[in-house]
Formats: sequence, structure tokens, C-alpha cells
Amino acid sequence: MIADNLPALQVVLPLLGAVVCAMLRRGTLAWGVALIVSLLMPLCAIGLLLEVLENGTISYAFGGWPPPIGIEYRVDIINAFLLLLVSLIGAVIMPYAKSSVEAEIAPENHAWFYAIYLLCLCGLLGIAITGDAFNVFVFMEISSLATYALIAMGRDRRALLAAYQYLVVGTIGATMYVIGVGFLYSMTGSLNLVDIAGRLADIENSRAVMAALAFLTVGISLKLALFPLHVWLPNAYAYAPSMVTSFLAATATKVAVYLLLRYYFSVFGVAVVFEELPVTEILLFLSLAAMFGASIIAIFQEDAKRMLAYSSVAQIGYITLGIALANQSGLTGGIVHLFNHALMKGALFMALGAVFYRIGTVKIDDLAGLGKKMPITMGAFVLAGLSVIGVPGTVGFVSKWYLGLGAFENGWWWLAFLIVISSLISVVYVGRIVEVVWFRPISQAARSAKEPPLGMLLPTLLLTAATVYFGFDTTASAGIAGRAAELLLAGLR
Amino acid sequence: MAILEQTVAHYNHWVMIFLMISGLYIVVARGNMVKKLVGLGLFQTSVYLLYISPGKILGGTPPILGEGLGPYSNPLPHVLILTAIVVGVATLALGLALVVRINESFGTIEEDEIFAEEDDT
Amino acid sequence: MRLDIVFRVAAKMFIPFILVFALYVQFHGDFGPGGGFQAGVMAGAMVIFYAIIFGLEAAQRIVPPRVVELMVPAGVAIYAGVGVASMLLGENFLNYSPFAHDPAHGQEYGILLVEAGVFVTVSGTMTVIFYTFVGRGR
Repeated sequence: MIADNLPALQVVLPLLGAVVCAMLRRGTLAWGVALIVSLLMPLCAIGLLLEVLENGTISYAFGGWPPPIGIEYRVDIINAFLLLLVSLIGAVIMPYAKSSVEAEIAPENHAWFYAIYLLCLCGLLGIAITGDAFNVFVFMEISSLATYALIAMGRDRRALLAAYQYLVVGTIGATMYVIGVGFLYSMTGSLNLVDIAGRLADIENSRAVMAALAFLTVGISLKLALFPLHVWLPNAYAYAPSMVTSFLAATATKVAVYLLLRYYFSVFGVAVVFEELPVTEILLFLSLAAMFGASIIAIFQEDAKRMLAYSSVAQIGYITLGIALANQSGLTGGIVHLFNHALMKGALFMALGAVFYRIGTVKIDDLAGLGKKMPITMGAFVLAGLSVIGVPGTVGFVSKWYLGLGAFENGWWWLAFLIVISSLISVVYVGRIVEVVWFRPISQAARSAKEPPLGMLLPTLLLTAATVYFGFDTTASAGIAGRAAELLLAGLR
Repeated sequence: MAILEQTVAHYNHWVMIFLMISGLYIVVARGNMVKKLVGLGLFQTSVYLLYISPGKILGGTPPILGEGLGPYSNPLPHVLILTAIVVGVATLALGLALVVRINESFGTIEEDEIFAEEDDT
Repeated sequence: MRLDIVFRVAAKMFIPFILVFALYVQFHGDFGPGGGFQAGVMAGAMVIFYAIIFGLEAAQRIVPPRVVELMVPAGVAIYAGVGVASMLLGENFLNYSPFAHDPAHGQEYGILLVEAGVFVTVSGTMTVIFYTFVGRGR
């Protein structure tokens, strides 16, 4: 019975957990509930992934109403992979959260914090699992509203501004998404993604469908912080509580990328998006702009969290580059970078969160000499930083390798060259922190620092270890990403 | 003449486009945070119209199966938009809550003044 | 405004009818336009109306903030609980058919419970939003 209902449980458990947290009103108990739920989530996701690998796509009819009338939860390799990613990050981050949240959030808000966090998790998992266009919007808003509230809980008063800014931009994005869905609905009369894809075949190239594609692209791009639409991201990441930043950086944008993949490849189809429309050129240009522009901005940041936020924008450029390539290797690179970037940015932000826990600041100048005081944390930071650069033996290299292959497959050797150049820029900003942390005299702020508590250290090390492990053993990550890319390129499921 | 007729016949679209553009304009052009939220509300409201108006059949009956009823208007857009309205209410409430707290900690809700203050410190 | 007799008398006349109308919309939702959301908003509006006329303290004596804050998750719990119950009865999440011998009746009971959950959450949320905004800065 549990096995049959796994798709529903994946979303309902966090929802129930949030309810229990909100009723308990006691911080530690709420953390316990959130921990249990977060640890159950990867089990659900692994169960789903194994089932999908063995028996193919799972379809779950909500309320027993068969699709396309009812809401359908549809799990194939791509979203099973994403579900696993999001729930694993959620599970790793929960033990870390306890100390971090106690240090950064007022005690009376702890229970609410965990309740809202679980709602955010529920929303993200919901977007990934549902096969209904409007249901995606509902989950998108659940996760976004929860995110705004989580960001606003940051200690700095500028967190409020960041949350407000994100609220305005995020709402515009979500509304654009609904407009797109509205056009699709009025053209096809269906909200089920698979059903829409089937019916679109008859009315391709009608102007309303093109308008739908445009609105969906812009709306989702706002959510995934594609380069010129990224302005909300640096402030939001810089001022949110550390645990929220690590979680969002690792998951939120990835789920939006998945949504873009889903619409481009499964709903509209490669033929319409990439062959008839200039989407390849546009995405290619914006991705390159992100890879170079955001990386260069990152170099000049004073605040380490902000620097990593800009680096995130740049890394999202690599993922969208994989989408723009739209061939087997390129797409594999994009999808595997989705996974790899989650690991490395999760690890980096968690290490910074540990620093913030000890010295109360993440200004780059204040980090001076921290390598002597917190060698393990900073060592993890450097390893994960090497991943961002893409040094062989780390996950970053794997993704860039596939992206490079994809570029050659299209005959664009200059693109492979540009990928290498942009990696060199990331050497500068990662190197800047490494220099400050290891080779400078200890700063005033770092004088009394020591290693963070085990609860924070172990999750950080775990993710860092994962960035190295998946750099060598790529059968799981790149293997599944390759199969997902195959499936996407084949079009309709 | 045909163009004019078509324009008038699709007046609901014109209303929708007007609301959408003016909402977006207010969000971009106004510095007052409450006014921005009002613009955001207008923008969202225009989408309600986008869904509801194509679902209505002129002279259609309520969506009940039965003798002598039909063709009926599509009930689904109403349900979807009810959900969207709830989302809109939640967004507005959260946005206003943020504005209240911004006002408490910065002493103003004008974006220019806040940014000016931020630059000084 | 609690000193103005016109408001006070009018409010006392109106409030019971607001609640009755809310309950009518709630329970008539099965057969006609209506349902938990609309009814919940009306019930919330009733509390807000009372608070505007008689003051926040008076309203909070009748509907204490602690209760309201509990109502918000409680409604969601009812909704999710119904879904879990249908899973325990061997059907998909939120499939109401197994709640009675006859699937049609099962659907009716199920939607009644879910709408009750919606009512509790929405009326609670509306009231709690009002309480927090009005109570701020006192």
C-alpha cells in the first residue's frame, strides 16, 4: 500500500510535517519533526527512482480521477532524479539546521521557521512530481511564498528588502507562467502536460501557442535567475539565514530549470522550440552572458555569500547552456550540472554558514587567516571551490567535460574554448577567498574562531565528500542524467 | 470595418491587456512599496480575466447535466481562478507584512529613500 | 466606535446573520455555488467587523489569538487527514469513494470534510492576518 502511494507521500509528508510543526510551537520538537520528515523524503525518492528504472514511468491519479480529467502525478527518470536531489539536500541540511537556526533566528520563531521550511520543501517536491500545468503553479506559489518568509527571517534588516524585492519579481514570474498556461489551456482545453503535448501536435505554430511559449519562458526564467533576470538572487541569498541560503542555492533554481526542460522538451518538443524558433541562439547568448558577466561581477564582491550568489548565477548559465545545445552530450552535461552544482553550492554555503555561526560575519576581509582556526571547514570550502572551477577529479569537471563534448558535437569548438575561459574567471574569485583564508594574518573577527559543532561540520563534509566522489564515480550521476537526456530528446514519453 | 468589428467583439481582451500593462507599469514606475503591491494586484487580476472570459459561452447554461440544459459554460476556469485568487490574497498579505516591517526598521516605504539611506551607511 | 449606539446596535443585529449566511454558503456548497473558502472569508469578516466596532480586545476575548493560530494548521490537518484516511482504506490520496458503501455517498462525505477543513483554515487565516496587522505597534 505504501509502495502504491509513494508519489502522494512524497508531497503529503512534508505538508503534514509542517502542520505538526505549526501546532507544536516548540522549537526543538519542531526540529525533531522536520528531521524525521526530511530523512523519510530520500527513502520515498529512492523508492520512486528504483521503481522508474525498473518499470518505467509511474502515473498516480489524484483522488482516483483518471488523467487527463484529474490531477496526475507523473514520475519518469528526470523528475525521479530531481526528487532524489531535492530530498537528499533536504535530509543533509536538517541536522545542520539546528545550531545554525538557534544562532540566527529568534527562539519564538523556531517552530514557525521549520513549518515554513517544510512547506517550501513540499512546494519544490510538488513542482517536480506533478504532471498538471496548473498544479505546478500552485506548488510554485507554495514554495515561493515560503521562500519569501524564510528570507525575511534573516538577521540583517536588509533581508526584508531582499524578500520584498524577490516577492515582487517572483510574483511577476509566477503570473507570467499562469498567463502561458492560460493560453495553452484555451488552445488545447487541457491542463495535463502529456495531454497538452499530444493536442499541440495538431495546432502547432498558432500564434497563441507561440505566445504561451514566450510567457512560460520568461516566467520560468525569472524563477531560475537566467542572467538578465537574476537581480533578485544575490540579495536574497546574501541576507537569508545561512541554512535557507544553502537549501535554496542547492534546490530552488534547479527545480525551475527542470520545469523549463519539461516544457521545452516534453510539451512543446525539440522541433518547435529549437528548430523553428531562435531559442538556441537566445539561450546560448544569455548563458554565455551569465557565465562571463556574473563571474566577473563575483570577483568584485566584498561579501563572500554575495560572491557565491553571483557565482550561482554564472553556474546556472552552464546549465542553460546544456539546454541550448540540445544534443545528447550537452543535455547530459546540463542535467548532471544540475546535480553537481547543488552538491558544491550546498557545501560552499554550508561552510560559510559555519563561519557565520562562529564569527558572525562573512565579509571577505574578516575571513582572513581563518584557515588556521577552522582548518576542516575551510578545507571543505576549498575542495568545493575547486569543483566550481572544474578541476579534474571534482564534479565540476564532469559537467564541463560533457558540455564541452556537446559543443564539439554541434561543431562549435569556440564554445568549448569559451567554457574553459569562463572557468579561469572562477579561478580568480575562488582563489581570492583561498588567498585571504590561508595566506593572510588572522583578522580581528577570526581571532576566537574554532571549528563549528559536529552537527554543522558533518553535513558540510558529507556534501564536500560527495563533490569528490561523484567526480570519480560518474556511473550514478552522469549515467542517470544521460538516460534522462535521451528520454527528453526522444520527445513525448 | 471588419477590423473595427473584431476589435469591439473582443473588448474583453482589450480590458485585460489594459489592466495587465497598467499593473506592470505601476510595479516598475512607482517607488512606494504599497503602490507597487497595488500594481502587482492589478497585474494578477488581469490574468483572472484571461481565464474566465474564454470559459463563458454567451447564452450558455450553468454546467449541470440534465434535460434541456447545455451548451454550458466551462466551470474549470472558475475553480482555477479561485485558487489563483487565494494565492493573490496570500501574496498581498505577505507583501504588506513585509512592508509593515520595512517601515518599522527603515522608517519609510519609499524605495529611493531607503536606497539613499543604504548608500550612506 | 464602541460609543456610537447606531453602530453597536446595527452590528449586533448583523453579526448573527453573517455567521448563518457563512454556514449556509458552507453547507450549500455541495449543491450550488459556495464552499469552504467563501464561507471562511465571511466568518473571518464577521470577526473583523466585530473587532472594528467593539475594539480588538473585545474581539480577542471572544476569539482568542491562540485559538485562531491553531485553526490555521488544524484545517490543513483535517484536509490531509482525509487524504491519508483514503490511503489507509486502500485507495489513492483524496479518493473519497471508500468512505461509504456507495461511492457517490462517499464522495459527498469526503468533500464535506475537506470543505470543513478549508473553512477552518481560511477563517483562521483571515482573522490572524487582521489580528497581526492591527495588533502591530500597539
